[in-house]
Amino acid sequence: MTATPTPAQLAARAEAREQVRADLRAKAVTAEEVTGAESLVRSLEEVGADTVFGIPGGAILPAYDPLMDSKRLRHVLVRHEQGGGHAASGYAHATGKVGVTMATSGPGATNLVTPLADAHMDSIPMVAITGQVAAGAIGTDAFQEADIVGITMPITKHSFLVTDPAEIPRTIAEAFHIASTGRPGPVLVDIAKSAMQMNTTFSWPQDLALPGYHPVTKPHAKQIREAAKLLATARRPVLYVGGGVVRAGASELLRKLVDLSGAPVVTTLMARGAVPDSHPQNLGMPGMHGTVPAVAALQKADLIFALGARFDDRVTGKLSSFAPRAAIIHADIDPAEIGKNRAVDVPIVGDLREVIGDLLPELAKEHEAVGRPDLEGWWRQVDGWRETYPLGFTETADGHLAPQHVIQRLGELAGPDAIYAGGVGQHQMWAAQFIRYEKPRTWINSGGLGTMGYSVPAAMGAKVGQPDAEVWAIDGDGCFQMTNQELATCTINDIPIKVAVINNSSLGMVRQWQTLFYNERYSNTDLHTGHGTARVPDFVKLAEAYGCEGIRVESPSEVDTAIKRAREIDDRPVVVDFTVSRDAMVWPMVAAGVSNDDIQYARGISPSWERED
Amino acid sequence: MSRHTLSVLVENEPGVLTRVAGLFARRAFNIHSLAVGPTEHEEISRITVVVDVEDHPLEQVTKQLNKLVQVIKIVELDPESSVQRELLLVKVRADAAARSGVLEVVELFRAHVVDVTPDAVVIEATGTGAKLNALLTALEPFGVREIVKSGTLAIGRGPRSITDRALERVVRSA
Repeated sequence: MTATPTPAQLAARAEAREQVRADLRAKAVTAEEVTGAESLVRSLEEVGADTVFGIPGGAILPAYDPLMDSKRLRHVLVRHEQGGGHAASGYAHATGKVGVTMATSGPGATNLVTPLADAHMDSIPMVAITGQVAAGAIGTDAFQEADIVGITMPITKHSFLVTDPAEIPRTIAEAFHIASTGRPGPVLVDIAKSAMQMNTTFSWPQDLALPGYHPVTKPHAKQIREAAKLLATARRPVLYVGGGVVRAGASELLRKLVDLSGAPVVTTLMARGAVPDSHPQNLGMPGMHGTVPAVAALQKADLIFALGARFDDRVTGKLSSFAPRAAIIHADIDPAEIGKNRAVDVPIVGDLREVIGDLLPELAKEHEAVGRPDLEGWWRQVDGWRETYPLGFTETADGHLAPQHVIQRLGELAGPDAIYAGGVGQHQMWAAQFIRYEKPRTWINSGGLGTMGYSVPAAMGAKVGQPDAEVWAIDGDGCFQMTNQELATCTINDIPIKVAVINNSSLGMVRQWQTLFYNERYSNTDLHTGHGTARVPDFVKLAEAYGCEGIRVESPSEVDTAIKRAREIDDRPVVVDFTVSRDAMVWPMVAAGVSNDDIQYARGISPSWERED
Repeated sequence: MSRHTLSVLVENEPGVLTRVAGLFARRAFNIHSLAVGPTEHEEISRITVVVDVEDHPLEQVTKQLNKLVQVIKIVELDPESSVQRELLLVKVRADAAARSGVLEVVELFRAHVVDVTPDAVVIEATGTGAKLNALLTALEPFGVREIVKSGTLAIGRGPRSITDRALERVVRSA
């Protein structure tokens, strides 16, 4: 059917034609030569990156010119490369996407060493792009030259040095693929300035050339059956859940396995939130500062099913006396983790989503065949520990605020939808213990490397990745002084994070060890930031200097009001300086190098284990 | 401790040897010898590494090596089913009086003299580590001036090639 077009239709058609012509012109431009720097920016867009945390400098300068015109990439100008690296990590933690950081050569690149090592230990998908001196100058000790590929070899999943601009798209594609698949990790791409300045043609690779990279994701059916058989017949099983569950996005499936198996669950420092704390089978965190029920359940288990965990020394304590009667099923995507620390009875290599997905029907089949296991006696024992040794804390003797109370109230008021990013030390342990996590990706911290200063930049990255979430950095006064320069980044770029500084005026965890193991000789742990000190620096004034709201809290009655006020402010970052007692200690505790059997519930108080054999 | 010979097929790219050697050092494994060179396929290099290690740590180091992105394949070659050879060049004091004695040893070990000067000879020999050690012991009385030895090279006996399947991967992913 034909009809005479109206003038409006004619205009619309003309507009459409013009659009097609414009698109063709644009395509013609893409077929033209681009610089290596333009190719880099195009590649980042093509691979789906949306945010880059970085700082320019000489060797990376060419990349920053086309970056300025990119519509799809947001660049957040950080104040220190370490902040950029941890921000990329926080972004990746919170979103599951690859975090991207960018720095110049030499000192810019070496400042990324800590974030790379951190991401390597905690399996964070991250790509770091560094400028390198011109190809012809490499190896001459040129200005701001550092062999960053060599320096970071042991702390990256992989790294590339690019001197040919034609290699840029393929390298970026491969870097993102390696960072985000298999066991995630950081990948460094070091690009010579000359490669960014030279002309090249841009073409996005259709496939990757990685003949030596084939992560196994599909678990072996026989091992799955074996695992199901053990799990269906164990009398004292424990599910030992690690950060791999969060990385794999397997929390929902895991929940089904928890329910089907009926077994107690422990969630490691990296896995807090992988199973809701409200779930009745969740015993909380195992390890050096774990709950007594979690530690005891592992010790007394006859079967431990490790999922995305790596039998870290902070979890096992003295390895030779860890869970002496337990058979081990170990599922992980990294074959090198299986059997590394603890001998394994049933090894399962695979993506945890596939592992659990395959296991559920097998376990149901076993239940049908042999009946559900009778775990009543085991639960009686576990519940006994829960009743006798719940997590808790005592009021302070010096009348100052109890840090645990502050963190507990923060968790209760901000709730399970907020994202919490911890630093490293006592406050980190209390945040892991006293906040109830209900969802994965709401607890972000530096577990493996134990990087002080992680929380402020990580919270910043998390807030950029999840702008609608309330994001709290839970920091210590020591940690906060290592990376608080990123508050400037937060204020300028409208990233309104909230920082709870648990200010005990000292390097608290080190001080705790000095109290317990060094005869209360407090060598170099006093930071002069709290009660009755010169308060150098004054965190409230510091916050104000950075354009943040600064709030000081010194008494229990102010805690809730301050948290509520901080939660209401959304147009700038907030720093709450909670000046707390310095004598509070983290309990329970398994001292370094001793058996988990010797866990202390509080100083000098060890549970008496009933002898069951 | 027991001795193991690993053939490691890697991508022929810069920096691969550093990654492999660095991994051994980082995980506290002792490399007894190491040899690297091209293969029949230009995309693949072959590293032969001999380590002194117990079985459990060997499994761990093999897994760690496999995690290196540029490592394509690892095969352990046991001495029974493989040919293993080292190359030795040794400079021995040998004036006119001593020369015939040195040459007798060379003959016995089926080695070759590759350089002669009035005071010394350079001998080339290949063989297992044990054979070369025996040769050195025999030459010791004449005065050994300088020794240079390659790492062990090893290849499996029989018709099968360990590079074939590795190459398939390279071709597939290219």
